[in-house]
Amino acid sequence: MITRKSGLALSMLLAAGTILGACGADKGKDKEGTTGAGKEDAKFSVAMVTDVGGVDDKSFNQSAWKGIKEFGEDNKLTKGDGGFDYLQSTDDSDYTPNLNALARRNFNLVYGVGFLMEDAIKEIATQKKDTEFAIIDGVVEEPNVASIMFKEHEGAFLAGVTAALMSKSGKIGFIGGMEIPVIERFEGGFLAGVAAVNPDIVVDNKYTGAFDKAELGKATAARMYSSGVDIIFHAAGGTGNGVFTEAKERKAADKDAFVWVIGVDSDQYEEGKVGDDNITLTSMLKRVDVAVKDIAEQAKAGKFPGGETKTYGLKDEGVALADSRGAIPQDVLDKVDEFAKKVASGEIVVPEKAEKKK
Amino acid sequence: MSNRLINVLVTVISIILGLLVGAIVMVFSGYNPAEGYLALWNGIFGDSYAIGETIRQISPYILAGLAVAFAFRTGLFNIGVEGQLMVGWFAAAYVGMAFELPKYIHIPFALIAAALAGAIWGLIPGILKAKLRVHEVIVTIMMNYVALHVVNALIKTISGGSYKTDHIKETASLRSEFLSNLTDHSTLHYGILIALGMVIVMWFILEKTKTGFELKSVGFNDNASQYAGMNVSKNIILSMVISGAFAGLGGAMEALGTFGNMSARGGFTGIGFDGIAVALLGANTPLGVIFGASLFGSLKYGANNMPNEANIPVEIVSIVIALIIFFVASGYIIRVGLKRLDKKKGAK
Repeated sequence: MITRKSGLALSMLLAAGTILGACGADKGKDKEGTTGAGKEDAKFSVAMVTDVGGVDDKSFNQSAWKGIKEFGEDNKLTKGDGGFDYLQSTDDSDYTPNLNALARRNFNLVYGVGFLMEDAIKEIATQKKDTEFAIIDGVVEEPNVASIMFKEHEGAFLAGVTAALMSKSGKIGFIGGMEIPVIERFEGGFLAGVAAVNPDIVVDNKYTGAFDKAELGKATAARMYSSGVDIIFHAAGGTGNGVFTEAKERKAADKDAFVWVIGVDSDQYEEGKVGDDNITLTSMLKRVDVAVKDIAEQAKAGKFPGGETKTYGLKDEGVALADSRGAIPQDVLDKVDEFAKKVASGEIVVPEKAEKKK
Repeated sequence: MSNRLINVLVTVISIILGLLVGAIVMVFSGYNPAEGYLALWNGIFGDSYAIGETIRQISPYILAGLAVAFAFRTGLFNIGVEGQLMVGWFAAAYVGMAFELPKYIHIPFALIAAALAGAIWGLIPGILKAKLRVHEVIVTIMMNYVALHVVNALIKTISGGSYKTDHIKETASLRSEFLSNLTDHSTLHYGILIALGMVIVMWFILEKTKTGFELKSVGFNDNASQYAGMNVSKNIILSMVISGAFAGLGGAMEALGTFGNMSARGGFTGIGFDGIAVALLGANTPLGVIFGASLFGSLKYGANNMPNEANIPVEIVSIVIALIIFFVASGYIIRVGLKRLDKKKGAK
């Protein structure tokens, strides 16, 4: 009985699919025709595909979208076809179809945000040779793909310097997401920054193995703060939100508690508010928006850096520390500035990966 | 009304109800439901590319659904499909990249490796259940976490510290020029044939073999089966092993078809858990699983087109899709309603 029911339903579904599918295909062709014809005089359009974090992840997806929006406003584009737009991915298997969808809508430049999209970009870029692609945090060697990388280690180095100068207990924490090259750069730079100020400071570094487990971030932060750590730098996306929660709880329970969090990617000042206090010491900014806008402008001017890898560091304002809003005293800021100049000029070369202690 | 008519009506009405309530949600959040559903339709059947991607999405769902359904028929609740799928994914990706073999040996070898890996992952809870009466739900849930972290560690080890395995060799790939050209460069691969083949295998085992009869018998009543002289322990273990093998093959779809490699993951794929819903929608029958997987796969893939074409946010789309599935799954209520209606008419 049940098999009969589903069998019938299935055949109906398929039959309906064939009939209506035909209409859909025709419509699609019409649309392609019109947009294709209008391409000659159209403006330069850009779009992006987010990774599974989504466009409002308070991190690099959001930052990339900010860059695209700014580019759109500067060039008087509207959201949608021929202007600027984004698509969100909810699963790793969505990357290829999403990139393809945007390429088919004739966007001139399509961004893939996040290293996880390397394979998908490579595949689509070889199929859609007329579209320009750019990948953030990853490298794809194709003539129509620009790769955008950041010197996270340089920014994290400054975060490390700040933490080392500010710490009272001599114990500092680092909480990472997954153990992947990008996050390892954060760790490496941070450890080097701390060591540059005071090699005796103990850094408790821990990878949580996930970017979306706030409870795990909270538990890890709780353990660190209880063991005497007073400043934690997180590079763990959504997991890092738990670090903020833990620090805020401690600050709310005891106004004089000396607990701080250093935020990541975007300015996380808002995340750290506890009444009139704030536990966000500063944030290591990764200016994905700057890079996205920069590449879009180059591409618009016909100078798309296809096949190249553009690396944005301190010198290019690709990474920086956020305004601490008084949390860091001026003398510390001056010292951090000194280090920043040395890094930018190449006097200090920050390692990309932490040396294994084992 | 005949039973047959009722069955068809129930499915149709439940889908319509789901779409209606979904439409109401869209109206209330300020979006045009007609545009939304047109986008969903185009996302599933719009052109050859969409159809190719939809079928690609359905393949692992069929296998995950079969895995859950098979265990269920023996009275076992295999929550561990997720983990079995992940070890299968890894095994297929490893065999695919590590060996140099001709195509007609390489693909079967990789598939068997995936099925074996999944089977082993199912064997452990099977033995614990059969010999020590440890509840399989608990063990399989825990085995999911073991799978997640073991696979992540293995990826790191074999790739020399990277977060993903190397791409599989061309000879192990289920993709083909032919399918790719047919569907305008979609990622459609031959996995769908394997999935459909496994549907027949499951039907054959359950309906045409003595083993299948024993498995089902244990599912109905293990005491009676034991009294009738069947080896209950053996059947429980066998059921979990076969279930795990199906799940492992589901992982092979991702390794040899969709992705061509495996990346370290922060969390589960979700395919295994959706497999539970697929199996229940399909009433744990092989054919029913095809229906459930088609519904799940089409909605999941097609939904991506709703933000693309109709500008509806992903969050609203998730709610609408969940509502449709909810109504299809709760067909029982509609069935009761229809029967009542029928009785009233009869009374007059």
